[in-house]
Amino acid sequence: MAATAPPRSAPEAGSDSGKPAGRGRLRPRIPARLRQLSLPYLLLLPALALELLIHIVPMIVGIVISFKGLTLFFIRNWKSAPWTGFDNYKVAVKIHQPIGQALLHSFWVTIAFTVLSVAFSWLIGTAAAILMQDTFRGRAVLRAIFLVPYALPVYAAVITWTFMFQQETGLVNHVLHDQLHLTSDKPFWLIGGNSFWALVIVSVWKSWPFAFLALMAGLQNIPRELYEAAAMDGAGVWQQIRKITLPSLRPVNQVLVLVLFLWTFNDFNTPYVMFGQAAPHQADLISIHIYQSSFITWNFGSGSAMSVLLLLFLLLVTAVYLLLTSRKRGDADA
Amino acid sequence: MRTNRLLAATALVAALGLAATACGGGSDDSDGSSKNGGSTKGVTLTYWASNQGASLDVDKQVLTPELKKFQQQTGITVKLEVIGWADLLNRILAATTSGQGPDVLNIGNTWSASLQATGALLPWDSSNFSAIGGKDRFSAASIAAAGAAGKDPAAVPLYSMGYGLYYNKKMFADAGLQPPTTWDELNADAKKLTTGGHYGIAVEGSNLQENVHSAFVLAKQHGADWFDASGKPTFTSAGDVAAVKQYVDFIADGVADKGNAEYAQNQTITDFATGKAAMMMWQTASSTILTHGMKSGDYGVVPVPTLTAGATGATGVTSMVAGINLSVFQNTKHKDAALQFVKFMTSTPEQKILNKAYGSIPPVTEAQSDPAFQTPDLKTIGGVLQKSAAPLPQVTNEAQFETTVGTAIKDLFADAANGKSITDSLVKSELEKAQSQMPAS
Repeated sequence: MAATAPPRSAPEAGSDSGKPAGRGRLRPRIPARLRQLSLPYLLLLPALALELLIHIVPMIVGIVISFKGLTLFFIRNWKSAPWTGFDNYKVAVKIHQPIGQALLHSFWVTIAFTVLSVAFSWLIGTAAAILMQDTFRGRAVLRAIFLVPYALPVYAAVITWTFMFQQETGLVNHVLHDQLHLTSDKPFWLIGGNSFWALVIVSVWKSWPFAFLALMAGLQNIPRELYEAAAMDGAGVWQQIRKITLPSLRPVNQVLVLVLFLWTFNDFNTPYVMFGQAAPHQADLISIHIYQSSFITWNFGSGSAMSVLLLLFLLLVTAVYLLLTSRKRGDADA
Repeated sequence: MRTNRLLAATALVAALGLAATACGGGSDDSDGSSKNGGSTKGVTLTYWASNQGASLDVDKQVLTPELKKFQQQTGITVKLEVIGWADLLNRILAATTSGQGPDVLNIGNTWSASLQATGALLPWDSSNFSAIGGKDRFSAASIAAAGAAGKDPAAVPLYSMGYGLYYNKKMFADAGLQPPTTWDELNADAKKLTTGGHYGIAVEGSNLQENVHSAFVLAKQHGADWFDASGKPTFTSAGDVAAVKQYVDFIADGVADKGNAEYAQNQTITDFATGKAAMMMWQTASSTILTHGMKSGDYGVVPVPTLTAGATGATGVTSMVAGINLSVFQNTKHKDAALQFVKFMTSTPEQKILNKAYGSIPPVTEAQSDPAFQTPDLKTIGGVLQKSAAPLPQVTNEAQFETTVGTAIKDLFADAANGKSITDSLVKSELEKAQSQMPAS
């Protein structure tokens, strides 16, 4: 009896696909609802795979390296480098020892550089965006000129600045000393204490157009009627900025300041192009410092440990910032 | 979120290491018949040449006809890539990590011991040396700068260079001076020659390698070394401090323009060739001086001074053994072809052609007798290499030494240029900082 019983699976599979039984491959039965639900995840899959490949996997490998004594002796086969536990981290955070001391110095230089650069970029960007709100002759041209630093390739722009900052032949000293007679001597900008300020100037020049662009977009969303009503109530320009413009721009600013902070804190291109592999002590940003540890002194374990510490710091800052700003937004909404 | 690209970059190097365990190295095997011991005809070698000429294109123009000649002789094709000095070490490092390197490459001879420690380069034992005509063909000083003492060299010398003191004949004659032989004489001459926008000497204050080369020579003269016999750094010894202070004092004392503290792009040669500076310590600079318009009769070259006239031994060292070496990548698939190529490049006729083109001195002694290398300046530098040159410390941390000490001197030059007093204790503290950054070897 069993031998005469019709095969069940083939017709069922065939009937589900709507094709004649026995012709096509067997297809699993997926309910339409499940298929619909899984579609977004399927579409996300390529991005997820690339994110894994480009960011997550190297990051995990980097974390693994930070626990190893990976020096040039093991560079041909990094897996054979000895495990050193938290030794690399301990050396990095011992602030009374030379390596920890140098890392801490770089950290504070980077904090000062980031705060100044972000503050000035934001201030100039905000002022320019507000000025560009009013229509006037040549506004479009001026707006395009403002965006030039943002559009230029970083390397070309920064190398031009280094030419301008040359002590003897640079344009900056030519203007300051030869033309305006503001300085008694031609100061150095690429070595010594002024190198920090040269770095801030180039960074602000490079970053403020992004702030300007973001804030200009934000300003488009503020209804003109608010300003008209405020003007009728007797509010001056400064009051309008304080009471209308800045509060309305708060969501834009929250994202803008965070992005500028992260970009500036991690900036490697600007100091590397300006100073090469050995930045002056006063402008020794943490990105260059870690590069030196990893790629100049060939101590990848130590460099990776410093990178992980930096990553943890940035994650902490981001988390606190987002918590504070979302709470403020919550208060405002309430 | 764009967090931590550095971490990603570091990790990427390591990730490449994963690939190295699975992959071989070297260039493609064009006919599949070129494994070691097999026929080398039809093989394609990859060669990374360092930038020796005025530009990468100049190097291509110099090397391409020679590589064609080699192809005609052996049937081996050489794929050439010229790499600038700024990128070369990192490229070699990446190739070492991935195992995907060239078959043959140039290295700066000061990197020999460091790269030797990675195990990426073919050791030049007696059998490899005999394949290219023997070790004795090369000058002893150039071989000493090709790897750590007591080990088979990691490379074969290709171009030799040495430091000399270049001086402006007219400026010296006008001031009634003779070229100096001691530092006291040099300082006195430099003071006399520093007048009205002209300076006695020019130095390359922000060039880390130049700083280290000078500090090495001066330390030797002060009876000091930068590493002890076990390879541990001794940067704060009295001789090292005195050497660095003496070098930085050129700017502190005003005999070199304080703007020199910023120089890192060979502006020293420009200043010398244009008459802004009367002296400079440089290695085989003639071809570059001529490109700046100075005529060959307008300058002279003498050995770099010593503390006392006619000093000998370590205190009489006036130059590091500078030069470019040729290495074979350890995991090349074409070792026989690579050895043939090294033999060709270090053959006497090729040594003459290549060193003539680059204004350097052949490390192959047989080639040195060519009239092209008998010009007064090259004869002086050749004599220096034979008699008073010493290789930089052949320790595994040599590359780190160049960076850390070079940076310390750069910072001291910056201090001097900004008017800060350069004291022994300041120099010592900077060198202490540099030493603390040296990783354990």
